[in-house]
Amino acid sequence: MGLNEKPLSTLHEKASYDLADFEVPTGREEAWRFTPLARLKGLHNGKAAPSGQVVTQVYTPEGVRAEWVGRDDERIGKAYVPADRVSAQAYNGFEKALVVTVSQEAAPEGAITVEVKGNGGEGAAYGHIVVVVEPMAQATVVVQHEGTAVYADNVEFVVGDGATLKVVSLQDWADDAVHVSHHHAQLAKDATFRSFVVTLGGDLVRLSPSVSYTGPGGDADLSGVYFVDAGQHLEHRLLVDHSQPNCKSNVDYRGALQGEKAHAVWIGDVIIRVAAEGTDTYELNRNLILTDGARADSVPNLEILTGEVAGAGHASTSGRLDDEHIFYLQARGIPFDEARRLVIRGFLGQLIEKIQVEELRERVMNAVEAELAR
Amino acid sequence: MSTLEIRDLKVAVEDKEILRGVNLTVKAGETHAIMGPNGSGKSTLAYAIAGHPKYTITGGEVLLDGVDLLELSVDERARAGLFLAMQYPVEVPGVSVSNFLRSAVTSVRGEAPKLREFAKDLKSGMDALSIDSAFAQRNLNEGFSGGEKKRHEILQLELLKPKIAVLDETDSGLDVDALRVVSEGINRFRASGETGVLLITHYTRILRYVKPDFVHVFAAGRVVEEGGPELADKLEAEGYEQYTKASA
Ligand SMILES: Nc1ncnc2c1ncn2[C@@H]1O[C@H](COP(=O)(O)OP(=O)(O)O)[C@@H](O)[C@H]1O
Ligand SMILES: [Mg+2]
Repeated sequence: MGLNEKPLSTLHEKASYDLADFEVPTGREEAWRFTPLARLKGLHNGKAAPSGQVVTQVYTPEGVRAEWVGRDDERIGKAYVPADRVSAQAYNGFEKALVVTVSQEAAPEGAITVEVKGNGGEGAAYGHIVVVVEPMAQATVVVQHEGTAVYADNVEFVVGDGATLKVVSLQDWADDAVHVSHHHAQLAKDATFRSFVVTLGGDLVRLSPSVSYTGPGGDADLSGVYFVDAGQHLEHRLLVDHSQPNCKSNVDYRGALQGEKAHAVWIGDVIIRVAAEGTDTYELNRNLILTDGARADSVPNLEILTGEVAGAGHASTSGRLDDEHIFYLQARGIPFDEARRLVIRGFLGQLIEKIQVEELRERVMNAVEAELAR
Repeated sequence: MSTLEIRDLKVAVEDKEILRGVNLTVKAGETHAIMGPNGSGKSTLAYAIAGHPKYTITGGEVLLDGVDLLELSVDERARAGLFLAMQYPVEVPGVSVSNFLRSAVTSVRGEAPKLREFAKDLKSGMDALSIDSAFAQRNLNEGFSGGEKKRHEILQLELLKPKIAVLDETDSGLDVDALRVVSEGINRFRASGETGVLLITHYTRILRYVKPDFVHVFAAGRVVEEGGPELADKLEAEGYEQYTKASA
């Protein structure tokens, strides 16, 4: 696909901690046009009572510090400023934030696990998490969401000079859950960030992973798989903002959709600013549409404002299961349902293979298997 | 002892009639070669028997031991004992060869093979066909050379042990070494005398390694001449021109 030569987007211009700076979305805005606002249960218009029950627990390996801090803690909001109305609502709504710190040069064994569990109840809940990986440290974070909730949160990943952070975020909510979330990673010089998002459950999940760079040499890889069943709205909105020279980003999201009104939305925005010479970026979204009545909206958008990129591209495909694949497997005696499962598992599995921690890879694969078996 | 009977089979693709009444009977212990020029409908015959959704049956019957294959789904046909080695095996991303083979063997046998036994069968099958054992972990046909794909088709033939095998141009695109290896595989498959082979080919070359009992010449969607192995020699000498002219 060719490169876009549009002027700078106005999409991500706005950022503020103040809720009043964001108007209540009507659904006509570019940022909200795909999201069924009526199903947000008041997260977007201030009508949700803050009475929801969401419990967050953190498990840390040795050498990792986890603290619950008050709203005035200076580490909150340093890497990320809310970029839309719901994000600002969450920013103003949480009571305590979780701050996890991995000290300089530390390499804790095992993953830091954050469990976010919705316990139902009326009303919304808000959260805020900051993960700081200090220079030259290495860490893996697993965030898993389950249960019933109306939940909005912001997560900041601050990756220091030469540090590496791997994140797996699993959205395996109950069928009626609503979750609107921003995950922002800020990469210092030579930092490495690996994000793997798995979104399976929930009535409406809108997750916006974004990346910014504060020094050269940063390397971000953002992968995601989703499986959308009838009636579900699963939306992923990616933004990689290249403002520093010689950084890399790679985005690869894949989803399968089946059933009436299964709706996937993928927005992939990459901005390469004037100073970001030597940027190398690629973004890809692929959707497998398994039945009639399912719909995938996929919008990649690459804006290049410098003449000196190392590589920049994007692609988006949405298609049906390939008859030839199914035929080949069936011709070897494999029944249709199993052939179909094998092909879908293969399609998503190729991405899941990228998860380097075996235990996590298996957990994600098992979650997808369970989804396929439904 | 098995028998595949094709009776007056008529097949269309996208409303275009391709097969115009094919009659052919393959019995266990027999090898039939179908030879014909490009575009004469050989692959159409193979795919139609196997049940590829692109091909519409407009008339006739295909019976395997009296069971009407045309009434069965693709996988049921395979489980009934039919095998098609494809001219262009399909690449299936993300599905590993070993996973695929285990699923196929499980489906065809009706029970999962014992893991150790399966591993042993797979290893010896791959060795016999000079397939590197690393292929088991690769994605199905993905990035395989033409010859590797064909060897892999024969590996499946040997593992699945069907009653009747239809081999669609398994020889094309093979160098001499690969042709010998593949032919040996086919000969191992026929050695029991309890299996039938329908060997589709454009060239006579493979018939030096896999000796047919019968040769059928295919042109414009039907069998236009039949005979013994000597018919292949005649084709070798004279080519297909006489048939294509006659039926054009
Ligand atoms: N999928 C298809 N769509 C349209 N035409 C086809 C298709 N498959 C085969 N044909 C046509 O059917 C005829 C026979 O093709 P094929 O069976 O592949 O011949 P062969 O295997 O003998 O070379 C050709 O004219 C070909 O163009
Ligand atoms: Mg052919």
